[in-house]
Parts: sequence; C-alpha cells; structure tokens
Amino acid sequence: MNPENYLYLATILFAIGSVGVLVRRNAIVVFMCVELMLNASNLAFVSFARLNGNIDGQIVAFFVMVVAAAEVVIGLAIIVTIFRTRRSASVDDPNLLKL
Amino acid sequence: MIELLSTAPPTSTGEAVAFWVLAPIAVVAAVMILLSRKAVHSALWMATTMIVLAVLFIMQGGIFLGVVQVVVYTGAVMMLFLFVLMLVGVDASDSFVETLRAQRVAGVLLALGLSGMLVAAISRAAFPAAPGIGAANDEAGGHVEAIAQAIFTRYVFTFEVVSIVLITAAVGAMALTHKELLSPRKLHGELSIERVRGQHPTPYPSPGVYAQHNGVDTPALLPDGSASEASVPDELRRQGTVRYTELEATREQESDGGTPR
Repeated sequence: MNPENYLYLATILFAIGSVGVLVRRNAIVVFMCVELMLNASNLAFVSFARLNGNIDGQIVAFFVMVVAAAEVVIGLAIIVTIFRTRRSASVDDPNLLKL
Repeated sequence: MIELLSTAPPTSTGEAVAFWVLAPIAVVAAVMILLSRKAVHSALWMATTMIVLAVLFIMQGGIFLGVVQVVVYTGAVMMLFLFVLMLVGVDASDSFVETLRAQRVAGVLLALGLSGMLVAAISRAAFPAAPGIGAANDEAGGHVEAIAQAIFTRYVFTFEVVSIVLITAAVGAMALTHKELLSPRKLHGELSIERVRGQHPTPYPSPGVYAQHNGVDTPALLPDGSASEASVPDELRRQGTVRYTELEATREQESDGGTPR
C-alpha cells in the first residue's frame, strides 16, 4: 500500500466535515464537523511527518489538538450562552444583526 | 515495540490490511455525523471517527499523538459535547427544512470540488520514499524523548503561546457562562420571616389527599369537595398538566365553570 493513501483519507474526511459545516443547522453538530476537519488536517500532518522522516509534523498536530480543545471550550460556552437567552441551538435563529 | 512500529517499512501488509479496514469505518462514521438527525447520534459517530484516527496515528508512528487523541478527544472533548447536549436539550433534533434554496446541493458540490482539487494535487505531487520517523526517534533516544526535545527546544515559544491560549480559553469560558444574579440571594432567616408573615404560614396541603389518585399532578380535595390549587407544584400548574378529579369536573359543570381553589 502507498502511504499517500493516508493523505487521500484526510482529504475525504476534510471534505465531509466541510459539508457538515455548510449544511447542518444545529450549532453543536456544526462544531463536531469543525473538529472533524481539524482531525483530518492532523492526519495529514502525521502522514507528512512519516513521509519526510522527521518529527515536526507530529509536533504541529499536537499544537493543533491543543488549540482545538481551547476552541471547543469557548465555542460550547458561547452555544450555552446563546441557548440560555434564545432557547435554541440552531444557527439560523441568531439573526439579530440582519437588516 | 516503539522502534518496531516506527521503523517498519512504509508498505507492510499488516498496515495495508489495517488501513483498508479502518479507513472505510472512518469515512462511514464521518458521513453518519452528517446524516444523523439527533445530535447525540452524531456525537457517537464522531467518537468512532476519532478512535479510528487515533489508531491511524499510531500506525504511522505517532504513538504519543494517538494516546493524546484518545485522552483529549474521545475523553475530554466528546464528554464536553455530550454534557452541553444534555444541557441544551437532548431531544432537540435538527430541522431538515432548507432555509436557503439549493444550499445543500451547493454545499455538497463545493465539498466535491474541494476534495477533487486536493486529490488531484496529491496524486500529481512527488513524495519522498517515506523513511518513517524511526531515525528521528533514534537520534533522541526514543519517541517520547524526541517529541519532548522538539517541543521544549525548537517549539518552546509556540508551546508558551499555546499555554496562554489554554488559560485564556478557561477564563473566557467561565466569563461567558457566568450568570448574573438579578436580585440578592435570600438567606434562611429572610425566607422564614417571609413565610410567617405571608398568607400561608403552615405547610401547603400535599397533593392527592382524598382524591382518586395520589400522584403529584392530582390536587388535594378540600372538605367541600373542591380541589386545592396550593397542593400541586407551581411548575406543573404552569405546564398545564394538573389532573382534576371527576368530582371536581361535575362540580364545575354544576356551578357553570367555577374556578377551582
């Protein structure tokens, strides 16, 4: 098997995650799809580390993971705050800035 | 074990079998995140994808990353997702009504274009012979040692910035979810004074006394046969799920819709 197949898998997972961000309405599911895209990029980083024979790709993937964890914390706090005031977790409902 | 995994040739049969078993699972689970109507099912499919990705990391020599993936993602992040799902209502299923016309088709087309472009780019690129990270591991004296050396020497500034990001995120989450008290909290003494000086110093009648059922949604019957409003919890009354007895119903008919007390 060619190790490039990992990159193809990462591409497919990234595309699926982007479909979820574009199509789904529930803010939490949109968030899960963002996480899926970050994970796909992590897979690409680990594959590149292996293809190039150095460890730096894995370090970058590690930092991506940490930033993703921080992002999840803040994003879910925002979702909880919006739900508390508007009783909805749908991304269509907060349209107060619309003319 | 670590050396064996990381210095293995890039195209071993075992790795190929594992890849062709695991990759379809990851793709199917990722598609199921999109297709699940309930957010909880999406979260479970997400956990499946993350565990499969952890195994793929380990297969490529990222043993530390694979373990971190399991601990951080399937442990902490998915736990947080499920916690927030329980908080905002677990049965809040997505509405599948399109608010923008042809948005779903456009989204799928865009993603197909993106993946087509990336696949074309990867297929035309020339890659090195995939030496694996074994040499880098051996140089530092082990896999975890190599990662530690990289993080605390070349990437130490990034590491510090990331720690600042984490602390800021924790403080931000606390600031965002903090609820302001609109009125000062009443202490026990104030509550007792309020009760003694109020309309109803004695305990409220329990629900279901002398009624046909003894559930909390059945009001107690007063000596004259009418239902006591004070005996059912406020929350049930607000929801309109209070059950009245047949006796009360006939009484209401006789007196032409007298309000129950």
